[in-house]
Amino acid sequence: MSFLFAALTVAMLLCAFLAFRARHLIVSALWLAGCSAILSILMYLLGAYWIAVIELSVGAGLVTVLFVFAISIAGDESAEFRSSIPRPIALIISLVSIILLGFMTISSLIALPPATEATFSEVLWQQRGLDMLVQSGLLFAAVVGILGLLSEAKVPVEEKKTAPAKELQAGRPVVKPATAAAREAKA
Amino acid sequence: MTTLQIAVIGVLGLIGIGLYGLLIARNLIKVIVALQVLVKGALLALVAAGLASGKLNLGQSLAVMVIVVDTVVAVIGLALALQVKRRMGTLDIKDLSTLKK
Repeated sequence: MSFLFAALTVAMLLCAFLAFRARHLIVSALWLAGCSAILSILMYLLGAYWIAVIELSVGAGLVTVLFVFAISIAGDESAEFRSSIPRPIALIISLVSIILLGFMTISSLIALPPATEATFSEVLWQQRGLDMLVQSGLLFAAVVGILGLLSEAKVPVEEKKTAPAKELQAGRPVVKPATAAAREAKA
Repeated sequence: MTTLQIAVIGVLGLIGIGLYGLLIARNLIKVIVALQVLVKGALLALVAAGLASGKLNLGQSLAVMVIVVDTVVAVIGLALALQVKRRMGTLDIKDLSTLKK
């Protein structure tokens, strides 16, 4: 059990490292999906069955589909492994963070016996009911935000600039077009 | 070595890799990938903490919240990256910086 857990942990870390080490973005998304899948197995082995299922379906499924969709639109440009700050500094910052975090957690890690706890559904819907409400609002806000971000406003620039000028030169009042295409252009 | 200790080592590894990736990534989509790795470390930490304190269901319910927020962040981040690609033609963070001009 412990050996299997350790092997899966190493595989997960390897997938995570290769996820941003990969040259192509699509390969990076696939490594991330592998990392999510192994993480869900680890959670299942830890006894967190509900969260393992959710992580497998959302983390390895939905998010990967979103990544592939976005990369297919944006184009799979080969992202070279260039760094925005010097790599030794980034490595030192990461290592210091890990060492501090590990020093604080591993030394005081004592597994307590399982306390008498309510079931998962009771905890989720009754004790953490406010969280669920916040999540619902967050999802709606995200949907509205996505619709706003992904909507394309195609404004016919030349027509819009030239048509009123011609009308004014001819001495006629500018009549705004009321067609559906014009309404879309205005939007 | 117990399972819990191995899980904490996995948490540290994921957080370290995510932080390192976040610091050195220049591609916007790579930044989101690094954020995802970082959040996966937080997820495993929540489950491990729930297991250690004997309140696994509480840890799971908090992890559900983290998964939802993480997914929303990924979706909005990808949508923003697409808009940046359409308008600027690049995903490189250094090319997007207009402060130096």
